[in-house]
Amino acid sequence: MPRASWALITAGFRRYATYRQATFAGTFTNIVFGFLRCYIMLSVAASAGGLLRGYDSAQLVTYVWLGQGMLAVVNMWVPLDIAERVRTGDVVTDLFRPINPLWTYLWTDIGRAGFAMLTRFTVPIAAGLVFFEMHLPRNPLTYALVVLSIVAAAVVGFGGRYLIGLTAFWLLDTRGAVAAWGMLSTVGSGLYFPLTVLPEWLRVVLWVGTPFPSLLQATADIAVGRGDPLLILAGQVFWAVVLLALCGAVQRRATRKLVVQGG
Amino acid sequence: MADLGVYLHIVRAQIRSQTQYRMSFAIDLAASTLISALDIATVFVLFSVSGGLGGFGGPAVLLIAGLSALAFAIADAVFGNAERLRELVRSGGFDALLLRPLSALAQLLAVNFAPRRVGRVVQGMVVYGLGLAVADIDWNPARVLLAVVTPLTGAVMFGCLFIIGATVAFWWVESGEVANAFTYGGRDFTSYPLTMYGGGFFGRFFAFGIGFAFVAYLPALALLDRPDPMGVPDWLRWCSPLTAMIAVLAATALWRVGIRHYRSTGS
Repeated sequence: MPRASWALITAGFRRYATYRQATFAGTFTNIVFGFLRCYIMLSVAASAGGLLRGYDSAQLVTYVWLGQGMLAVVNMWVPLDIAERVRTGDVVTDLFRPINPLWTYLWTDIGRAGFAMLTRFTVPIAAGLVFFEMHLPRNPLTYALVVLSIVAAAVVGFGGRYLIGLTAFWLLDTRGAVAAWGMLSTVGSGLYFPLTVLPEWLRVVLWVGTPFPSLLQATADIAVGRGDPLLILAGQVFWAVVLLALCGAVQRRATRKLVVQGG
Repeated sequence: MADLGVYLHIVRAQIRSQTQYRMSFAIDLAASTLISALDIATVFVLFSVSGGLGGFGGPAVLLIAGLSALAFAIADAVFGNAERLRELVRSGGFDALLLRPLSALAQLLAVNFAPRRVGRVVQGMVVYGLGLAVADIDWNPARVLLAVVTPLTGAVMFGCLFIIGATVAFWWVESGEVANAFTYGGRDFTSYPLTMYGGGFFGRFFAFGIGFAFVAYLPALALLDRPDPMGVPDWLRWCSPLTAMIAVLAATALWRVGIRHYRSTGS
């Protein structure tokens, strides 16, 4: 089994490593949006007297560029192709294989995320470092926590998208579910603005009741030293486990339904 | 002009086919409208932090965000589907458009018309209308004309960017996301007062190199009759139609070169 998962991870990595032009194009766009958001956030902080709800400018810079770098790693805007395979019926071949498709998809996606880390994460972060004054954690341990947090974020992103993909077993047309996920994950992850800007009740709902802050905001907060990093990471791991368990449960029900239809 | 009827016919057929599944279309329309509402909401969430953006108060911010939203929504509805060109170039399906005795570009736009995007136009109109209502504008004929023409010139600017972004596919098929940096990036850029971007290269290039200052910020200053804090000469505010024309010339030239460069997949 570990050999199979390793093979799937490398396969995912190599598949995305062949899309060189798309990687270049995506990185370029992340950098442009990084500049754009960075200036906007810095201006908002400046007119609010230097702090944007507790973030100083260096922390904002880190928050913005981490968000742009992690966008392609977490990949929340790109649905997994499982929905399409359910619709066409190809999912049957996935279910025939000796490995649960949940793990096949997870390992492949981890491989993809690994490639994104090397390219679409590092280049925008480097751009942020060169052109802006970024908050860099002093404690070396924080860097390790950030890396773990990114891994957890990638698993949360996968779990959410896989779950959305599974709705195809009932809905066939997942456009609505995909759109709802896309919208909630965009705002809820803190991509457009740091979540501290929102009213307290909404923040509590997002952090406690949804996995969305685990996608980006959690990592940014660990990196800039807001809140207890271990607690934030624990929250991300919790959501990663919950989502994967949910995926497993929903998939079991879905496959039973599939058998009923097929029989 | 006789061709116009044909295009309208194609667009009508598109609307009919896409509204066949009512529920799916309703969800699509609602989602597409809500997603762009999010962009406008973001402006106001950030506005709420200190009660101003880049030195401008509520009415000015609303006016700028409304102009940008409306201009982009119109462009997205009419030209946004140009990005489908990439798939057509990859698959060789573009040949079919070239074979018909109609403009390839107009066909591309008409055949892929997405009625769900109309929701955003209505939304942009509402925000812009609100902006015009709450802003303290000293109306005169020139300003009325400006208020009507600006969303259209902005739409032309964004439309040209959509076309230029799509045309790049003739040389570079996987270019998609680069175009997004200037179309969606341009929408975000124009939603905020120019003063927020400082005087650095990035702000200057987007504002005057590409011309995004002419979409919302400068015309809004003209409507409000406010001096520009960064010292942009006043007469430039009335030049949006001119910059839109330059954009049209650039886009048409590039399209012509691109279409000559097109070699089918051969299959």
